[in-house]
Amino acid sequence: MATVEKQRQRKYRVLGTRPVRHDGVDKVTGRARYGADTHLPGMLYAAMLRSPHAHARIVSIDTSAAEAMPGVHAVVTREDFPDVSNRIVELGEGAVNLGHLSQNVMARNKVLYKGHAVAAVAADSIHIAREAAQRIRVEYEILPPVLDVLEAMSDDAPVLNEDVRTEEFGGGTGDRPTNVAKHFHYEKGDVEAGFARAAVIVEREFRTATVHQGYIEPHAATALWNPDGHVTIWTCTQGSFTARQQTAELLGLPVSRVRVIPTEIGGGFGGKISVYLEPVAALLAKKSGRPVKLVMDRSEVLEGTGPTPGSYIRVKMGADRDGRITAAEAYLAYEAGAFPGSPINPGCMCIFACYDVPNGRIDGYDVCVNKPRTNAYRAPGATNAAFAAETVIDEICEQLGMDPLEFRLKNAAVEGTRRIDGVTYSRIGMKETVEAILNSEHYRSELKGPNRGRGVASGFWFNVGLKSTVVATVNPDGTVSLVEGSTDIGGTRTSVAMQLAETLGIAAEDVQPLVADTDSVGYTDVTGGSRVTFSTGIAAIEAAKDIQRQMCERAALIWDCPVDQVRYEDGRVVGPDGQAFTFKELAALVPSTGEPIVGRGTSGKANQGGAFATEVVDVEVDPDTGKVQILRFTVAQDAGCAVHPSYVEGQMQGGVVQGIGWALNEEYIYDDQGRMLNNTFLDYRIPTCYDVPMIDTIIVEVPDPNHPYGVRGVGEVPIVPPPAAIANAIYRAVGVRMDRLPMSPPRVLEKILQSRAAAPAQ
Amino acid sequence: MHDFDYVAPTTLDEAIAALAKHDGQARCLAGGTDLIDQMRTGRRRPALVVDVKKIPELNALVVSDDGLRLGAAVPCSDVYRNEGVAQDYAALADAARIIGGIQIQNRASIGGNVCNSSPAADSVPALIALQAVCVIAGPNGPREVPIERFFTGPGGNVLEAGELLVELRMPPRPPRSGSHYRRFIPRNEMDIAVVGVGASVQLEDDGRTVAAARIGLGAVAPTPLLAEEAARVLVGRSVDDEAALSDAAEAARAVIRPIDDMRGTKAFRSHVTGVLVQRVVRAAAARARGESLDYCPGH
Amino acid sequence: MAKKRVVSAVINGEPTDFLCEPRQTLLEVLRDVLDFTGTKEGCSNGNCGACTVRLNGRIVDSCLVLAVECDGAEIETIEGMAGPDALHPLQQAFLEGAALQCGICTPGFLVAAKALLEENPNPTEQQIRFFLAGNLCRCTGYDKIVRAVQACAAAASEH
Repeated sequence: MATVEKQRQRKYRVLGTRPVRHDGVDKVTGRARYGADTHLPGMLYAAMLRSPHAHARIVSIDTSAAEAMPGVHAVVTREDFPDVSNRIVELGEGAVNLGHLSQNVMARNKVLYKGHAVAAVAADSIHIAREAAQRIRVEYEILPPVLDVLEAMSDDAPVLNEDVRTEEFGGGTGDRPTNVAKHFHYEKGDVEAGFARAAVIVEREFRTATVHQGYIEPHAATALWNPDGHVTIWTCTQGSFTARQQTAELLGLPVSRVRVIPTEIGGGFGGKISVYLEPVAALLAKKSGRPVKLVMDRSEVLEGTGPTPGSYIRVKMGADRDGRITAAEAYLAYEAGAFPGSPINPGCMCIFACYDVPNGRIDGYDVCVNKPRTNAYRAPGATNAAFAAETVIDEICEQLGMDPLEFRLKNAAVEGTRRIDGVTYSRIGMKETVEAILNSEHYRSELKGPNRGRGVASGFWFNVGLKSTVVATVNPDGTVSLVEGSTDIGGTRTSVAMQLAETLGIAAEDVQPLVADTDSVGYTDVTGGSRVTFSTGIAAIEAAKDIQRQMCERAALIWDCPVDQVRYEDGRVVGPDGQAFTFKELAALVPSTGEPIVGRGTSGKANQGGAFATEVVDVEVDPDTGKVQILRFTVAQDAGCAVHPSYVEGQMQGGVVQGIGWALNEEYIYDDQGRMLNNTFLDYRIPTCYDVPMIDTIIVEVPDPNHPYGVRGVGEVPIVPPPAAIANAIYRAVGVRMDRLPMSPPRVLEKILQSRAAAPAQ
Repeated sequence: MHDFDYVAPTTLDEAIAALAKHDGQARCLAGGTDLIDQMRTGRRRPALVVDVKKIPELNALVVSDDGLRLGAAVPCSDVYRNEGVAQDYAALADAARIIGGIQIQNRASIGGNVCNSSPAADSVPALIALQAVCVIAGPNGPREVPIERFFTGPGGNVLEAGELLVELRMPPRPPRSGSHYRRFIPRNEMDIAVVGVGASVQLEDDGRTVAAARIGLGAVAPTPLLAEEAARVLVGRSVDDEAALSDAAEAARAVIRPIDDMRGTKAFRSHVTGVLVQRVVRAAAARARGESLDYCPGH
Repeated sequence: MAKKRVVSAVINGEPTDFLCEPRQTLLEVLRDVLDFTGTKEGCSNGNCGACTVRLNGRIVDSCLVLAVECDGAEIETIEGMAGPDALHPLQQAFLEGAALQCGICTPGFLVAAKALLEENPNPTEQQIRFFLAGNLCRCTGYDKIVRAVQACAAAASEH
């Protein structure tokens, strides 16, 4: 089925059209330069040595055999890193403890997960570097690992970090070392009274596995350390400024001494915000006096970067006879991995965020375990939470005999709804996404055939604002060069350029966007939180308005009239007596009539109103093997204003398929010693194109009042509903309720066989 | 990758000499899709890599009245594109078509799949069903080993130092026979078999009664298995007889020795072995009747 | 150390000699020696297809080919796909159909899709999906990639 778009008044000239992306030709011809494509004269290749143990004390490291190998130029270990312990800094998407970050980049006293970096070698070739790394002798005192989130919370669990104390929400700190780093608590209304009023109460427990963002491009960083103490780093990062700040902080340098040149980035999804390689490559470059390239292989990506947490979640929800939620309660424990910092707080805030819950209580725990330090992954924390909440809702609907979409419509959060965590919504589109699915051809069609079922689920994600800078220069040929700081992962050069073009009334093709390095453009936060089209877009609009103002001044100068008699309108500068310039005409006169016209725009004040998605899926379950096939999938999502509909659809489709992978097969599989067993793309099974159908999209446009054109970020929320929607579909297909992710064939089959055994003989 | 030397002999004798000289420290390279990854990760560190793709005997692919001769270096894509193979040795084509993606199939050979000797090798249950014989050359002359006796354990086989697999030979197909290979994997493509089943079925004139059958099982024991009892219980019974198929499934489950690993549990493998045996026997019988199979790999 | 070898191959139509160690893969030589960095490394073990090139006309994962094996071979990389004046129709279809987001998998998909359409000019959706299963994309959900291949095939069959 073709994409359905909500009928929209054509009030924009550029927004809503589908121009070819500006960086497209480079990317279909292989010319675009990604992280590992950097090549500098005299460059060395580096390799990491990583811990084979999940939990151990490092007794000693002997690098002499590696240093003695011909072709080896430098070796770095913990000895080379300055002590930055326990400084807390804001890094764009949350506060980070620098001591922990530094220990994650290079282990100090202990290794806390298999794959934890222990040493690195720079050599003439990657083969020499790898062989040399293997010759580094590390003596470990092996400690018992703790891998399960609930076990890690118990009093007798091995403690990973001696400096971690439980921080209580609203103040107070524990008095002894623990794995429980934080406890969040939110409450609204009278929960007990709410449950007392309920006609139906469902309470269930859920588990979800650790999963990885799975970007196809491994992390890569190349560093050059000049004798004057200036460091240049080429890296594939979601945020060049945060990469600069982290690198500078970990090396003890002022930020002005570090220049980060962002390469093209082959996917991130939240996983390329933290630094892993940059400080290490820099130190190898300093020691060797040569540029050094450090690239991960796939196993290092899976074992040594930041997947998103496995979790334990318990949800209790009550509803009255009419299907109104009377109370809801949740307990969430997320695996932070080696160091504190899981997305538990967003998990808590998202779990009931789609609904108007009159009485609610949420407790969340951030818990260290001997797995990689977790990181953001597309709507971080929300997918785990939605799997639990949306499955419980499905069960309530079943007990009430109510259509699950009607239930969602009845309880949908709207403008003015206050979430349990206290936030009150501005205009949002939750209800509209539910209506879009209710009215869809997919949902209205009949699903026939044995072992087939249809499931629905909704999801919420905040989206963030944060800061961006855009500088735009008018060229004499009537085009505009746009310089921005947002690295482009999925077509944002174009979605930002289109907003500048719309504001100036010129064609998208007449804007040339360029992603600049940290010395060439103003501060810009990460490409994350679905923020670039929203916030860098606002900066582009501001830059365009700045250009409009200067163009008007220039026209006033040319016409010799007061500037207040000149206005910018529909891509033209209009003055008194019917005088007018098109943008192109006036641009051609700029060089001969005065100084250059350069627009400047920044953003940072606006926050986004939040994004919602509702999804429907048809599955077929093989009752004899437990394997689930996705037959049909439709996603409806509120995009506010779809700037480039193709790339909006692409975000929706990509998010859904990641959600399908999370639902069905993706997981970190460990042995009892905490060694990841499936550290390749062979056994860490992300969906292939042969595993999924076309993903139908319905773009809903409820403008966000916080953006001049109503734009909402679209990147993250589509990943939130799929696991729950699929679980609900499996139930309809074969009558088993799944409470664990992934819903892999052995788990589904086990449930089917259990239910057959429990059923009375036919 | 570790440092190693490379030769690409053009005759069998040269290859045998090179292998023998390095006494266990040499490794044959055909498609390289297993070996190169094993060397990259340090699981194998041969001093010499012997590229066998330039040896004529290892490139044979002949279907004749004498049966099928398949050189050990012939890539999977040549195997399934060969009409004679696709027609008469369909189980082998089924396996070749799902070993890795197309990129892998253009390099990986059936011989390499056999010599890598993974218990989960997709081609082997098919080869067992099709009564393949391994033709081996070495310093002490040629010898032949039935495929089901080629393997000694995970990654292990009967090849001695200096020996190499030259070709796989399969007898001519009997009339009214059909074969099929299918595996269970969590995705629809690109996975290692959790259970793999190959079957060959020959029917009586009635198109229903089993005259003879052979069943090969993969990924359910330290080596691929010939499930003799599972095949025997089918003989003389109709392929439409649910009890017969169920007996075959039970007999297959009785001979397997599966393990728990990240790809599946013992219980899951045991259950799915029975399920697949029934499906594969039905499909092979359909082919024996000349019906085309409504089968989508991975489903 | 094993001696370096001289390998003579034809790359994107150009006769090319290069030096390599036996342990260097074709992918490493293409990227680090010959500067054909359009071929990408995603997994190093034949599961993602980002390093797909044509070797004697057939698509292979160049991470699983030794460069020394390529003596006398014809190799085609993404850099050889566009003509001097125009993109290949598949490249154009990917651009117009927004069939890429981050773009890292795009060269591999294009090289593979070109091989598919040469072999089967009118593939069904399932045939496209089966053929391209060895190429992973994590951004697009594959929908627009499959549609771009369909669009290209449809346009070609009209001519």
